[in-house]
Amino acid sequence: MAVAFDEMNIPGGDLRPAYQELARWLKETPPEALEYRRQEAELLFRRIGITFAVYGDSESTERLIPFDVIPRIMSGKEWALLEKGLKQRVRALNMFLRDIYHGRDILRAEIVPDDLIFQNPVFRPEMNGQQVPHDVYVHIAGIDIIRVDAEDFIVLEDNARTPSGVSYMLENREIMMRLFPDLFARHRVAPVERYPDELLSALRSVAPHSASGEPTVALLTPGVYNSAYYEHSFLADKLGIELVEGRDLVVKNNEVFMRTTEGVKRVDVIYRRVDDDFLDPLTFRPDSALGVPGLMSAYAAGNITLANAVGTGIADDKAIYSYMPEIVKFYLGEEPILKNVQTWRCREPKDLAYVLDNLGDLVVKEVHGSGGYGMLIGPAATKATIEAFREKLKREPEGFIAQPTLALSTCPTCTASGLAPRHVDLRPFVLTGSKSTTIVPGGLTRVALKEGSLVVNSSQGGGTKDTWILDE
Amino acid sequence: MLSRTAENLYWLARYVERAEYLARTIDATLRVTALPAAYVGKTNEWDSALLTAGVAASFYRTYEEANEHNVVDYLSFSADNPSSIRNCIEAARLNSRSVRTALTSEMWDTINSAWIELQAVWSKGTSTREDLAKFLRFVQETSLRFDGSAYRTMLRNDAYWFSRLGLHLERADNTARILDVKYHVLLPEEEHVGGPLDFYQWSSILRSVSALTAYHWVYRETLKPWLVADLLILNGTLPRSLASCYENLTRNLDQIGVAYGRQGPAQRHARGIRNRLEHSNMNDIFQHGVHEFIQEFIADNSRLGEIITKQYLI
Repeated sequence: MAVAFDEMNIPGGDLRPAYQELARWLKETPPEALEYRRQEAELLFRRIGITFAVYGDSESTERLIPFDVIPRIMSGKEWALLEKGLKQRVRALNMFLRDIYHGRDILRAEIVPDDLIFQNPVFRPEMNGQQVPHDVYVHIAGIDIIRVDAEDFIVLEDNARTPSGVSYMLENREIMMRLFPDLFARHRVAPVERYPDELLSALRSVAPHSASGEPTVALLTPGVYNSAYYEHSFLADKLGIELVEGRDLVVKNNEVFMRTTEGVKRVDVIYRRVDDDFLDPLTFRPDSALGVPGLMSAYAAGNITLANAVGTGIADDKAIYSYMPEIVKFYLGEEPILKNVQTWRCREPKDLAYVLDNLGDLVVKEVHGSGGYGMLIGPAATKATIEAFREKLKREPEGFIAQPTLALSTCPTCTASGLAPRHVDLRPFVLTGSKSTTIVPGGLTRVALKEGSLVVNSSQGGGTKDTWILDE
Repeated sequence: MLSRTAENLYWLARYVERAEYLARTIDATLRVTALPAAYVGKTNEWDSALLTAGVAASFYRTYEEANEHNVVDYLSFSADNPSSIRNCIEAARLNSRSVRTALTSEMWDTINSAWIELQAVWSKGTSTREDLAKFLRFVQETSLRFDGSAYRTMLRNDAYWFSRLGLHLERADNTARILDVKYHVLLPEEEHVGGPLDFYQWSSILRSVSALTAYHWVYRETLKPWLVADLLILNGTLPRSLASCYENLTRNLDQIGVAYGRQGPAQRHARGIRNRLEHSNMNDIFQHGVHEFIQEFIADNSRLGEIITKQYLI
């Protein structure tokens, strides 16, 4: 495995420019002061109740995501490039989704194989030929980015269904500003607090044509026991919209209403944080009580906007991911600004042969898996695990992709033995409305807290950091 | 606002109020039982604490005897008692979580911090009287903070009014229950009236609704049963009196009615109860029978809860 890129230090002892002020400050600040503030931050998170739930963990159903007080810093120039690349990618994602559910030019051009779409469980035949308001599918995208050297940002994953984590981006900043005002005074950090405003105007802009002048937007949550419930209530609050559960909504004559103390009120746009499968028991899983019976027919009638649209899962599928560079070229006629991780598609015999020969060096992922589950990290796995995976791969090669083990860049992080480099990734949030695509400067930096670990998922013990984009 | 949100706010306020009331009841009972038997007679104060909390039947399914240890445990920490202080705080926090968007951050902070703090108490219990006293004070302070932060930080809109409805409905129920359990010591024709036994009973009633000092300010008299009853039933200046609760209930319901441009059965029913209280005096109530009067009130009050639920919350 290559040596990880250090975000702060240039090999040989110099500092990268964006980190110079932070390094000076760290030198002046005694470690006890850092530790004291770390504890204070934890107390704040707990009191505000910024928690996530872990499924199947009945003892402590609400956990804190560990927060690291050392910010991750990027220069404005680096961000400008990243921003351009993200907008390009999300534009292509939206065009791809529209195409898949309508003309299917990309399949006819034989750029993406048919069966990857039609045999994919997250493909929604219900969406075939259905017009979605303003042709926007992915209103909110969370694109996971890693950095491998000074020049390159690489996309690790496109989250086009219901990406979460943006509340941490906002709360991390709030808490940092409370705890380290002096550090902010020494930097010019681009603000992220406009995000809720941007989100609300994006959501309003995609209201169906049958909506009244002031469209009503609501956020649909599975409820208090969902792992991201804190985020749902946080966003509804910041947006000033109702946080609804399925039982609060009712469909009449193909229109969606919420039950209020003054009778029912029409809803025009639903920012839904409920998965496709649970949205409407009449169309999808009949056993689900989370959804709204009849929601899909109101959707088909064009009376409600769902953000993100139904069926977007096909775009964050890991098998489709490997085609993203071609997808960008096909729809935009441009070279992709952001690279993909080199990916072997085990469905292709040549790739499978390579993967089977090099299992010990590769990361193998289930095509439909998420959150760090169901994967093989070759270099860290035992012989037996590798052999077991080999059998799985041979049985069902189309279920897997493989990637080289990547050296995620590292950032200085507070650890029990003082500051030490830890691997990080970045999830910026890209908003698409009827007219424009926007990104607030920043994102959620996730950090693997265990030494040497590359797993940054919160469900697997990862933490978060504030992400600073310097406004030069 | 969403019906579910209104319902959660309404119950949230009820749970917080109930937790405080239970803490007061335990506190007052502890005081009385600490007195020598000559002052308080042979009545089992722990039994009447269970009765005023309305959980006597379920208590005896688990316990043999109503003594300090068992009753304090059941009313404070029991996970099996749906209206223990513990379950009230748990329910209040769950409700708060599901309506966070309707609460101010001060209100959420109060409930969430109390909930965090009390986790330790649930697991350890209270081993000493000091611990118990501290715990009871903490619960009362939580309620005061919650109420105060609602009062000082909430917009005066339906969210506020629905939470006030819960608070006053619960408070009226609590006051009425105390009176119902202790009505026998308020009866003027009872023997030994004015003895030390009654005196401590009356003062414990007043203490459990935090009105002992208020009594002296209002009447400038020694404790007299009909004045205690007058204060708790008819005196509109005492925030926990039935009259005061109904002044607030009718006002909050009217505010909702005006905001929504529509009145309904809840407004009419509440006004009916308030009018009855307004046109009563203690003489009539004693004539009619304090017990009967209170029983009717409790039924009417819970009927209002049902009507509000039907009209707004489902």
